[in-house]
Amino acid sequence: MAEEIKAHITGVVFQVTAKVGDKVAAGDPVIVLESMKMEIPVEAPRAGAVKEIRVREGQTVQEGETVVVLE
Amino acid sequence: MFRTVLVANRGEIARRVFRGCRALGLSTVAVYSEADRDAPHVKDADRAVLLGPAPPRESYLSVERILAAARESGADAVHPGYGFLSENWRFAEACAQGGLTFIGPSAEAIRAMGDKPEARRRMAAAGVPIVPGSSEPVADAVAAGRVAGEIGYPVILKAAAGGGGIGMAKVTSAGELAGAFATATRRAQSAFGSGQVYVERYLEAPRHVEVQVFGDTKGSVVHLHERECSIQRRHQKLVEESPAPNLETKTKRGLTDAAVAGARAIGYVNAGTLEFLVDPQGGFYFLEMNTRLQVEHPVTEEVTGLDLVAAQLRVAAGEPLPFSQDEVEQRGAAIEVRVYAEDPAKNFLPSPGTITRLALPGGGEGIRVESGVVEGSVVSVHYDPLLFKLIALGADRTGAIERLARALDACVVEGVKTTLPLLRTIAAHPDFRRGRVHTQMVEQGAFHG
Repeated sequence: MAEEIKAHITGVVFQVTAKVGDKVAAGDPVIVLESMKMEIPVEAPRAGAVKEIRVREGQTVQEGETVVVLE
Repeated sequence: MFRTVLVANRGEIARRVFRGCRALGLSTVAVYSEADRDAPHVKDADRAVLLGPAPPRESYLSVERILAAARESGADAVHPGYGFLSENWRFAEACAQGGLTFIGPSAEAIRAMGDKPEARRRMAAAGVPIVPGSSEPVADAVAAGRVAGEIGYPVILKAAAGGGGIGMAKVTSAGELAGAFATATRRAQSAFGSGQVYVERYLEAPRHVEVQVFGDTKGSVVHLHERECSIQRRHQKLVEESPAPNLETKTKRGLTDAAVAGARAIGYVNAGTLEFLVDPQGGFYFLEMNTRLQVEHPVTEEVTGLDLVAAQLRVAAGEPLPFSQDEVEQRGAAIEVRVYAEDPAKNFLPSPGTITRLALPGGGEGIRVESGVVEGSVVSVHYDPLLFKLIALGADRTGAIERLARALDACVVEGVKTTLPLLRTIAAHPDFRRGRVHTQMVEQGAFHG
């Protein structure tokens, strides 16, 4: 079942660390947000393959917005 | 004296500097990004110039745009505040080349102290104690291991070009070194554009005590006593005070003498701060020098009765320091707390948003408020989370804490999460009240619950 990973804070995408097709483990960062001079990783809640990446570096995302979808 | 000062900054520090300029009868120019059109600092100045979009690189960090704003507005001096371009020697140099007075030290002093290994070497040569470690960046994990073996674990890896705790990694044993080295190098590269790191002995539970210094172009260098800044999160300060509680007279004397010697050795002009770590035995070690006005400068102003911004302006204009060492007295006790838009319950996660309600204690009666925001202000993801600072002055430390606690109780901020609940806990905490503080208290959970 697909699972949407949502940003837990508002910020700017500093880095997209995962690629479509990557296998990630629970706790792996999939993107890194920058907010107020801090880098905050958004982590995979469970293991899975990355199906879709919905953001690009430099983009502003709101809290609760889906950033990555796992298979 | 120059006539018009552009402040290349935003928030509370821009407002503070404008106040200092007005006191000397100088005209003021604000700069702002598109996100800050309605910011209080813009309204405070006589003129305001739009720099560009919200991201700092396109606004507050753009040397080109700031110099253009100075030309456009007829400013003949630039005050950098803290953060942003304040410790960028190329900016200081570009101001000078553009015929503008840079209100701060020389580009050369900024460059030398910004290069952390060079700063250590220069300070050691001046007789200032430094933490044992590599005097140069280390080439690889093997070289780091060699240094660590000599000075003993635990060690800390630090970015050569860095500051603010970014890229730092504690290593407790040889087995952890390779992984930590790779991480520190990568973080340093992404944050500062240079992956160079150096190795230092890691001190357990040290205090952070710093000394305010001031030099002028006539060769005078004085100190304005010390500030205790141990209560930090992520290596960034939350609470600062002067005098430092429970500091042996001998240690204090050693710190101030070392700070003056260090500043003198590099021919330092204008306001600067030498930061030290102090171990439980009273040993102290140079950490770094901040070649600018500090966020916490008000505690020094409150105990000395001196205006540091006015002194910065006068010294930058070539005037002698307006005070001699004998005239710099430390009276009473002052404590500053920083209210950040962060959630202390969620490991200080940033909390951007709109301030829907803001109530601050009135100034006077030993309370000073330095705020960059008003009700309705939007707290942007693009900038530092500092909202405002409260500074309490008392006849003694207990009096200052009492006033601080009341002022904290009077603060109401709605719409964003803030460090206020944590600061209230700290103000009431027995260890803080006894002045038993060290740099790892917040991370160790001393103020939980």
